[in-house]
Amino acid sequence: MKKLPTWIDILLIPLINLAIALFLSALVVLYIGEDPMDALSIMIKGAIGSSYGWGYTLYYATNFIFTGLAVSVAFHAKMFNIGGEGQAALGGLGVALVCLMFPWPHWILALPVAIIGGAVFGAAWAAIPAYLQAKRGSHIVITTIMFNFMASALLVYLLVNVLKAPGSMAPETGRFIEGARLPTGHDMLGWFGIKFSKSPPVNISFLISLLFCFFIWFLIWRTKLGYEIRAFGHSESAAKYAGISPIKIIMVSMLISGALAGLMGINSVMGESERLVIDSVQGAGFIGIAVALMGRSHPFGVLLAAILFGILYQGGAELALWTNIPRELIVVIQALVILLTGALDNMIRMPIERLYFKMVRAGT
Amino acid sequence: MTLIKTIISASAALIASAAMVVADPALIYDLGGKFDKSFNEAAYEGAEKWKAETGGNYNEIELQNEAQREQALRRFAENGNNPIVMAGFSFASSLSEVAPDFPETKFVIIDMVVDAPNVRSTVFKEEEGSYLVGMMAAMSADKAIGFVGGMDIPLIRRFACGYVLGARSVNPNIEILQNYTGTTYHAWNDPIKGGELTKAQIAQGADVVYHAAGGTGIGVLQAAADAGKLGIGVDKNQNHLQSGSVLTSMIKRVDLAVYNAFTDGADLTTGFEVMGLSNDGVGYAMDSHNASLVSADMQAAVEAAKAKIIAGEIQIHDALTDNSCPAS
Amino acid sequence: MTKDKQERPETAAPAIQLKNISKSFGPVQANKNISLTVNSGTIHGIVGENGAGKSTLMSILYGFYKADSGDIYIRNAKTSIPDSQAAISAGIGMVFQHFKLVENFTVLENVILGAEDGALLKDSLSKARRQLQELSTEYELDVDPDAIIENLSVGLQQRVEILKALYRRANILILDEPTGVLTPAEADHLFRILKNLRDQGKTVILITHKLREIMDATDTVSVMRSGEMTATIKTNQTSPEKLAELMVGRKVLLNVSKSVAKAGDIALEVKDLKVTDEKGVLRVKGITFNVREGEILGIAGVAGNGQSELLEALGGFRKSQGLVSVYGHSLDLESPSGQEIRDQSIAHVPEDRQRLGLIMDFTAWENIGFGYQHEPEYSNSWGLMNNRKMRKDASNKMEKFDVRPSNIKLKVRNFSGGNQQKLVLAREIERNPDILLIGQPTRGVDIGAIEFIHNEIIKMRDEGKAIILVSVELDEILSLTDRVSVMFDGNLVGDRITRETNARELGLLMGGETD
Repeated sequence: MKKLPTWIDILLIPLINLAIALFLSALVVLYIGEDPMDALSIMIKGAIGSSYGWGYTLYYATNFIFTGLAVSVAFHAKMFNIGGEGQAALGGLGVALVCLMFPWPHWILALPVAIIGGAVFGAAWAAIPAYLQAKRGSHIVITTIMFNFMASALLVYLLVNVLKAPGSMAPETGRFIEGARLPTGHDMLGWFGIKFSKSPPVNISFLISLLFCFFIWFLIWRTKLGYEIRAFGHSESAAKYAGISPIKIIMVSMLISGALAGLMGINSVMGESERLVIDSVQGAGFIGIAVALMGRSHPFGVLLAAILFGILYQGGAELALWTNIPRELIVVIQALVILLTGALDNMIRMPIERLYFKMVRAGT
Repeated sequence: MTLIKTIISASAALIASAAMVVADPALIYDLGGKFDKSFNEAAYEGAEKWKAETGGNYNEIELQNEAQREQALRRFAENGNNPIVMAGFSFASSLSEVAPDFPETKFVIIDMVVDAPNVRSTVFKEEEGSYLVGMMAAMSADKAIGFVGGMDIPLIRRFACGYVLGARSVNPNIEILQNYTGTTYHAWNDPIKGGELTKAQIAQGADVVYHAAGGTGIGVLQAAADAGKLGIGVDKNQNHLQSGSVLTSMIKRVDLAVYNAFTDGADLTTGFEVMGLSNDGVGYAMDSHNASLVSADMQAAVEAAKAKIIAGEIQIHDALTDNSCPAS
Repeated sequence: MTKDKQERPETAAPAIQLKNISKSFGPVQANKNISLTVNSGTIHGIVGENGAGKSTLMSILYGFYKADSGDIYIRNAKTSIPDSQAAISAGIGMVFQHFKLVENFTVLENVILGAEDGALLKDSLSKARRQLQELSTEYELDVDPDAIIENLSVGLQQRVEILKALYRRANILILDEPTGVLTPAEADHLFRILKNLRDQGKTVILITHKLREIMDATDTVSVMRSGEMTATIKTNQTSPEKLAELMVGRKVLLNVSKSVAKAGDIALEVKDLKVTDEKGVLRVKGITFNVREGEILGIAGVAGNGQSELLEALGGFRKSQGLVSVYGHSLDLESPSGQEIRDQSIAHVPEDRQRLGLIMDFTAWENIGFGYQHEPEYSNSWGLMNNRKMRKDASNKMEKFDVRPSNIKLKVRNFSGGNQQKLVLAREIERNPDILLIGQPTRGVDIGAIEFIHNEIIKMRDEGKAIILVSVELDEILSLTDRVSVMFDGNLVGDRITRETNARELGLLMGGETD
């Protein structure tokens, strides 16, 4: 009944939120004696002002799209999957094993197998918490958090004792061979004769993540499974009434969720570092939660939110490079934007809603 | 300040062009952060010393995530910074990718070897320094000493191995307790756990505990002092952190490596730079805080061993070469 | 209590006057220019179908909503009520349909909750205890002040709500559908209490959809229809038929006419069925019965005697022990599934449509296929949904069952209770099942829809379907079923042929007086 026009809902309110976040950040920057306008221009130019900036922004966004989708799918079944971090780490392991195990002649052959490797490993890591939730009622939040720690310990063990490249100091595998390296934005646009900066790690995984946005949209809104997942998420008792097995839905939604998180590995491990390093996920699993919340668990929303986070990450890196703003404060600035645009949405929405309806009434 | 700002905004304006030539050096800290009271901070001090002496400027960045390694290298190189120094072995893989793209730029990597014509690889013989503090620990203890490592990686095992070999050379029967704080990067910054491990080792009879654990070590030294026992610092001179309760510190002159690189500037020589006892790259710290803890005999024995190591009469096993240690 | 003396002279002044109250939510106008006068010392009934605007009007009076325009006068003084605190201080008390009590607090603690005098509880408690005693003797509101709420029956909990309002010095008491959860005896007691309150000079506003209660208990009655106040009449000058007509806007048949059942073969047979709930309490204690084709078996009883569990067990929602066979085929009671039930051509209209029968945040069309998403017409073997077909079916079924509004894209949450129920019935009945399980078919449903729903159920019976109807409304049981069993404390305590029994006999059985 009570509804704002779409342009206010999806454009004006986020913009006001963003403006307030930037204003507060400016105060922070001012306080430590830097010029806020400079900082802002460095952030924005650095993130979207050049093909170089876009390359990094989209690289980060790709990670967040995968983890954001992972959290979204679980959200639809009302499962709060906090374990994206661990599932992505295992997915990275799966991708790395695929890349290291065979002498790949060309990435076109390696990529599909790596996708399967990452998805299977990520799903497997989600399977145990899912089973415990479905069969034993152990709370998924607790178990997935525990599995994050276990994933990190397992990876450290494997990298230190099993997979470490001989002679390397760092606990990381050797670089993948040429045939297991993905084409970057520079390569791909080069095929069409378009110039794109050589350095950023954005790669074909970005296109794959877009594909998965579509797949997930299709799954959730066009398939029987998606219908059942959503029904279960809205009302477990009603789903049971309708003959939908809670165990099946919990398992399947969590497996899909884990697989999506695991797919992040093709971007970070195969696309960027081209080797498996310790902690290759770098918090993207947790950012996925914020991305899914901000994107309201809709794949298109996730895509937009992931790009916003990508901009924040890349802009933050540029700030760290060219100003004396300490990295802790850069995190504060990033957090302010997330807080205002995501968590405190209603703080702005409600007054605007009231104002709008007052104006409408006055107008009629 | 205003000058820096002008340079910064100018460089920001020219972000994509890479045409600008600023011969300023640049320093990249590892994920632990600039003020870790240990490795990164030592690098920072070296850079600051250079800045104070020459009045020059340098760019720096504290990494936030893995993807920024290569990014920072490329950005500084494109910006014209020269030389570019990176503190930490984790840069090896990124550097070997980036270095060939910028043949005119000189890179310095600390703690790791990267074989490229424009890279200087600075490595330390931590096992030599650890050997000496191991001797001192064994001489100050009754029957047991302890070692608390940060993240369980080969590099830290090299510290441990040198320490064990040094201690055994003094007292073949001494018991040596070894623990690591963890298996993730968090292990470098967990002073609470460091303290707990130290207490546990002391409860098992350790009189001296040596740490190679970055920020975690603060907790190790604190716990040892609280229990009336001795700690041994690492990387920087940490004797003052618990004055009178820190036997000595195994010094690793990261600051010197950075300072040297900055001083050499764009003309620095590439190739290996091994920093050991012979060129004061590692050592043990003596100052007013620990003067009363180290007897003249002890110091004489250590100095004698040091001379033998420099002369090559004592060969200390490097755990990195085969990932194992002949003694434990 | 010296108040009475001050108030007596004022009885002439109306307790509440509403003048031209209007309220709209976006495009929907819930209250249109409503004017109403409630005299002091009377019981004033307000009837109207769901969505007629009764609740909105009372919410405005209690400060939950602010009227867009219009004025409120309390005892001739213009009063603004921005929030419920203001309503309370204006002497208005409200007893909601769903009680607002803290389950694990005592009666006394609940009464003073939010009305504590100071930081220390002790003083408030002893003061409240004294007042509670006075109130309960004055109005026959006996409740043990130290009892824990969750141990009290629903009727007693309701008394606590009334006490809460009186403790806050309410002179005007609003009750929203107060008898929905009560046994007939408890309801009678409630009306005695209300009459007592009236005789002591309090004013009572009673919101209900049960016309019999209006006729029994009120002095004056106002009828609302689609946001407007259509009439205010002295109760003794009207009749249920007249009120129903005013509510719906057309003539309504209050009693369904039906032929004698032509019962056929046994369709569903239940033997020694036991159901245990989540807490491990045995709720159905081994009951045996059967239903034949072409008859309606009614399960009567006061809420909470195991009927809900019985229905849910038969519907495949709950585990049970014993034997349930459908045309000779035994159901899997150990691991039941709604799917198996549907495969056996059993349709289940659950008691709690909002919790079980519908996904409230799904659209109407998505709910039309709910439970039948496996059917080949709705999804193919690749698992792709045929959304177009579902939307088409939704349009047809909603038209046939006159679901309003007829917008298939509206979320079910935004339909009124009666229309939600029609959606469930449309879905289940239109599948043409052999057996229909149906719980509280008209709970919270307005009169116009009740007539429709009852006729649909009779129609199914006449087509030879076997129907089990669980209802706490005796009127419904009596007018609709062919046979009736009364459930008391997990057992079936009496089987009757409906036309050979009466409300009095069933009422006694429901109270546990077995024959």
